Amino acid sequence: MSDHEYIPKSKVGKWFNDRLPLLTLANHLTDYPTPKNLNYWWTFGGILTFCLITQIITGIVLGMHYVAHADLAFQSVEHIMRDVNYGWLIRYVHANGASMFFLAVYIHIFRSLYYGSYKSPREVIWIIGMLIYFLMMATAFMGYVLPWGQMSFWGATVITNLFSAIPLVGESITNWLWGGYSVDNPTLTRFFSLHYLFPFLILGLVVLHIWALHVPGNNNPIGIDIKKPSKDTVPFHPYIVIKDAFALLIFLLIFAFFVFFSPNILGHADNYIEANPLVTPAHIVPEWYLLPFYAILRSVPDKLLGVIAMFAAIFVLVILPWLDTSKVRSTVFRPIYKQFYWFLVADVLILGYVGAMPAEGIYLLIARVATAYYFAHFLLILPFLGFKEKTTPLPLSITEPVLGGSPDMAMARDNSNYKEKL
Amino acid sequence: MRNSLKLAFFFILVSSLFFSKVHAAGEQHDLLEVDWSFKSFFGKFDRASLQRGYQVYTEVCASCHSLKHLSYRNLAEKGGPEFTELEAKAIASNFEVTDGPNSDGEMFERPAKLSDKFVMPYANVQEAIAANGGAYPPDMSVLVKARKGGANYIYSVLMGYEEPPEGMELDDGVYYNKYMYGNKIKMSSPLDEDIVEYSDGTKATVDQMAKDVTTFLQWTAEPHLETRHKLGFRVIIYLSVLTILVYFSMKKIWSRIETEV
Amino acid sequence: MSDSEEKKPNRRDFIVTATTAAGAVGVGAVVWPLVDQMNPDASVKALASTEVDISAVEPGQSITVLWRGKPVFIKRRTKEEIDSARAVDLSELKHPEKDEDRAKNPEWLVMLGVCTHLGCVPLTDKGDYGAWFCPCHGSHYDTSGRIRKGPAPTNMEVPKYEFVNSNTIKIG
Repeated sequence: MSDHEYIPKSKVGKWFNDRLPLLTLANHLTDYPTPKNLNYWWTFGGILTFCLITQIITGIVLGMHYVAHADLAFQSVEHIMRDVNYGWLIRYVHANGASMFFLAVYIHIFRSLYYGSYKSPREVIWIIGMLIYFLMMATAFMGYVLPWGQMSFWGATVITNLFSAIPLVGESITNWLWGGYSVDNPTLTRFFSLHYLFPFLILGLVVLHIWALHVPGNNNPIGIDIKKPSKDTVPFHPYIVIKDAFALLIFLLIFAFFVFFSPNILGHADNYIEANPLVTPAHIVPEWYLLPFYAILRSVPDKLLGVIAMFAAIFVLVILPWLDTSKVRSTVFRPIYKQFYWFLVADVLILGYVGAMPAEGIYLLIARVATAYYFAHFLLILPFLGFKEKTTPLPLSITEPVLGGSPDMAMARDNSNYKEKL
Repeated sequence: MRNSLKLAFFFILVSSLFFSKVHAAGEQHDLLEVDWSFKSFFGKFDRASLQRGYQVYTEVCASCHSLKHLSYRNLAEKGGPEFTELEAKAIASNFEVTDGPNSDGEMFERPAKLSDKFVMPYANVQEAIAANGGAYPPDMSVLVKARKGGANYIYSVLMGYEEPPEGMELDDGVYYNKYMYGNKIKMSSPLDEDIVEYSDGTKATVDQMAKDVTTFLQWTAEPHLETRHKLGFRVIIYLSVLTILVYFSMKKIWSRIETEV
Repeated sequence: MSDSEEKKPNRRDFIVTATTAAGAVGVGAVVWPLVDQMNPDASVKALASTEVDISAVEPGQSITVLWRGKPVFIKRRTKEEIDSARAVDLSELKHPEKDEDRAKNPEWLVMLGVCTHLGCVPLTDKGDYGAWFCPCHGSHYDTSGRIRKGPAPTNMEVPKYEFVNSNTIKIG
């Protein structure tokens, strides 16, 4: 990205770099020009990288002691908790780590929504991000099955039964997923295998996500394009590194609080009861991070349509860059959209709340209204608002907060910047 | 700084949502609250209570409820009842376990050793159900973690046996319990005053026994609770110090350019 | 702007150095649980000793028991075997050890049945010394389990053991 080519100082470095330009890559990463006005919402990318690595390391360690067998899984988890040196610590970090991972990813996604980071030219970053998010949900779901408690078993039963909604081949597909006629040992062993695989797919996608990010560079809270490098940017190291480290430590403090003082609060008590195919728990509730989608699923009275609605809720996010027609990225300059943004945040929180409640009476009604609003936000409000909304004036640069730029001018400037680079 | 305030606010908002979720589906009666010694940040087990609790478990609960994830050696481990190794060996040797096959290919009985798992009252779940009128007495190893409300719930159920309210019909072998989900329980009130005789002279009231056995079950569910609290405290201290150091480093580094962090 | 940018961006401040050091300590502390989890766990350690009933072993017989996942030879030696083991001149040995030190109770020889060469299990009552012979690479051991011929560097190891009573040996 930088104009001058990097040449290592030492001879050995140069020899190596000519053959494999790792040093050039490292130099690119440290010097990477980053907008200097990034706020703390931008630190979650680093936090998420940390979360993924933590989950992979603790997961590999747990895999050394865990036994993927319906008769032994629960017992092996107890073995980890009781006998393995620091086993309790590693398992609690892994279990709470999943929740912290999702907490961070939701903040990351909503940051992107607020500042329009999904818009041109960053659509590919966004789509890869959504793929990562989808794989995260699949991985987390399969991981939750592994302890083979009551919630593991019944959660797996309910979610895999979603596929039985598919006309004609539904039953064949569920039997194929299960490797039998119900969730049982073959299901557990394949879930373990895939739960081990998926994080590495996520890791690969994260590399692509960052690569795609480094092509146009970071968006920023003002949402205008900036020249790089310039007075508007700082090198990634040390400025952004130290800021990310500070935010990560605050995050770790919260993480540590859960792990050491409230390790089971985010889980469900029923998962400490061994799986029993004869008794369903009174309330089947997924982990908190899946609740909004669970609420959407249950709000539709038809089985097939419910499943479609749930997957559509994720799909509208994928095509979001083309649903939002506004030329201005940052919500800071979109007074009307700002209100709708917070409505959406509230809507998702409400969906999460009703997802945890029994699907009856007032909760069902709320869930239906919230589901309808969720889709309306993306399919009606966003496309329409882009044309109609009168945005406030944009500054021309980060360091010179001169107002008077119009969205069109900003876009024109964007394009000229692009030509310059090409 | 304004942004970090916003961040903190968001965390509080989100976490309060989780906690409200946990409390939202309340039961008919609020659970009895006990000021457990293991509850706080520095919480530890009351050693004497754990030992008494073990006594209540063996003399009262063990005839129906297993503790299959525990071994006799656990009784002598740090952070638990901390019986001496000799005491734990003596306890273990009171139980017979099946071992084998021996060189003749036959299974044989021998006294339990420290490395053996707790002997179970029934050979399998089916036998346990058959012997208890169709209700399975759950394994108690992680029972405290398997019930919403945890230790308070277990204690409340033990204290919650009452005459059923008027108009409530109960089948044979079903008892009324104020705190049990659905208020019906198939276990008769297990504790009666002086049903055990404590060797340390503590008066064996129902309340005392309920507290002791609940403390014991909290330990069986979380045997490393004391280590967890101790390590957690150190980790929080370390992270706080490092956070402060990083904060000032950040200020220092960003002071090279005239931009607010 | 220009003033501050002239400062050398990589200047190490004391606070930054202190922070880096403190961070490194933390990373080190995190590594330990991840390493220690691979060490023998509490349930494995609890099985670290085993008691063996030897009442049925006749003179000249030997039994093999499993201890910590490895075979242990318990040999009840005959008078001749003891005499031949004790008559050996230490200077003849590759790894000089007195039989008196290896078998406190001369009738009973207790040792790990693992060849010290590359870990195979030697055959009993075989080899040039009528005692143990390792088929993998041809190491010969005498009636005291000492290496006499072949590639193995040392005698077969004697584990920690004690006689609980005259019929029971506790290994470990």
